[in-house]
Amino acid sequence: MPGRSRFLGVGRHLWGVHVIRFENVSKVYTRGARPALEDVSVDVQRGEFVFLVGASGSGKSTFLSLVLREQRPTRGGIYVAGRDVARLSAWRVPKLRRELGVVFQDFRLLQNKTVYENVAFALKVIGKPRSAVRDTVPEILDLVGLSGKEKRMPTELSGGEQQRAAIARAIVNRPQILLADEPTGNLDPTTSLGIMRLLDRINSTGTTVVMATHDDEIVNEMRRRVVELSDGVVVRDEASGVYGERESILPEVRRSSVLGTASGVPRRAATGRRKPLPVRVPTHGEA
Amino acid sequence: MRFQFVAGEVAAGLRRNTTMVVAVILVTFVSLTFVGAAALLQTQIGKLKDDWYDLVQVSVFLCPTGSMMPTCASGEATAAQVDAVRDVIDTELSDEVEAVYLETKADAFEAFTERYPNGYQGTQLTEDDMQASLRLDLADPEQFAVVSDVLTGRDGVELVEDQRAVFEPLFRTLNVATLLAAGLAGVMLLAAVLLITTTIRLSAVSRRKETEIMRLVGASNLFVQLPFLLEGAIAAVTGALLAGLGLWLAVRFLVADWLERSVDWVAYVDAADVLTVAPFLVLVAVALAAVSSVVTLNRYTRI
Repeated sequence: MPGRSRFLGVGRHLWGVHVIRFENVSKVYTRGARPALEDVSVDVQRGEFVFLVGASGSGKSTFLSLVLREQRPTRGGIYVAGRDVARLSAWRVPKLRRELGVVFQDFRLLQNKTVYENVAFALKVIGKPRSAVRDTVPEILDLVGLSGKEKRMPTELSGGEQQRAAIARAIVNRPQILLADEPTGNLDPTTSLGIMRLLDRINSTGTTVVMATHDDEIVNEMRRRVVELSDGVVVRDEASGVYGERESILPEVRRSSVLGTASGVPRRAATGRRKPLPVRVPTHGEA
Repeated sequence: MRFQFVAGEVAAGLRRNTTMVVAVILVTFVSLTFVGAAALLQTQIGKLKDDWYDLVQVSVFLCPTGSMMPTCASGEATAAQVDAVRDVIDTELSDEVEAVYLETKADAFEAFTERYPNGYQGTQLTEDDMQASLRLDLADPEQFAVVSDVLTGRDGVELVEDQRAVFEPLFRTLNVATLLAAGLAGVMLLAAVLLITTTIRLSAVSRRKETEIMRLVGASNLFVQLPFLLEGAIAAVTGALLAGLGLWLAVRFLVADWLERSVDWVAYVDAADVLTVAPFLVLVAVALAAVSSVVTLNRYTRI
């Protein structure tokens, strides 16, 4: 594994278990402003399904964009798919991104290309041979339930179908990690459920899924690991979690990072932890 | 696959941005035509200097009959006067003058008949219409002033003339034309850079969704930027080729067909010179596109 030696330099962790590791990560956009992330330590293990919840502005998007190395952290270490992302040089970034798939709330399909072309695009631009494209794309479209709609344009698809096409594009290169930024944000509950089943299926093939969401129903139904961010701080990290108090996550309610006022679900604050090691969360089934 | 994909992207980009691409082609065409014209003018000057400076010397015109100059009061220069002048040259100007020879009226007439076998502008001239002169080869042509000082005013010497001076107004004109062309070229090149920058930026913005997806799925930087680079380069190089073609046509029809026929005793720039200049025009075009691309792309398609 090419990233192994670099990762071993970090020490004390067995590479192979964690696909995403945040070590006391802080991100400050403008000097003096409140940090977007503050001292965040999170480990995501191979094959895990993690919900990232929190109000708008709580740091979910910053978290995902740091994983993608769209930006570098102000402080702390980030390791993704065996790479030291905080110190990754720009020309190595494309290789990192090939280990990651990304899905967005607004699908981001290319409107002038058919479903097939949209998915094939992701392979073509990383230089995959034509034969590989021909073999893989129909397979993936079948997996996401879009066989027979290869020639449709995105505008001829429902929202759910567009998101399936976007997911197909994200996983067609078989990434280790799938990042989803509110993938059901534009979809009705029934359609959302279909998308979640699809993500679950992708997860069950060994792909790690990190999904930022506001959809409490989905989180409560799926019962997977939940990491809650508030004002850039991890305020809760639990296995088989629920969405939590809706009120406490809504942006109107400002809370300090020191919790105690919130009721209901158990919380664990990331700050105040003596060791950077986060609490290890048992995974379900695979690992 | 890679090549095909990049080619497809380039074609799509050129199609989508047709008006801007045409503008880039035209601006590079005009600017590089001026660059090429400046280069050809300098080549022309070089050719003329090569041709003429070796031939031309300092002419010491000897008094003909009927000259109004005071040194010619005694009429046509006598052999004794000529010898006296040669003596002065041999003694006082031995460092400056390399060689001296006498062009007699007969020699002058012979040279004249050779050049104009049918008479000059319809008039048949005779040997007596010619003027004898001493021709001096100078060790250093710049030393003309010294030679002129020493020889002017001697008996039998009508006029000391630096033949190079005859060409100075012409060279000055050509140099001014070169400067003018170069100046215009500079302004146009600046316009070309700005236009290419804008074109690439427009192209990048109009394909922002594509490039965003490309960088998210891990396309390499080069792969993302290459289509834009090539678009700018193709437009600029097309402009350069047009400029080369334009210069070739100008040389072919203006210089070769027209100038050469009306003034035929001059060596002119030819198609071969255009071919020498053209590769540089293409290089300049590529450089223009490269500079513009680097400036723009780092801002608009950053990872």
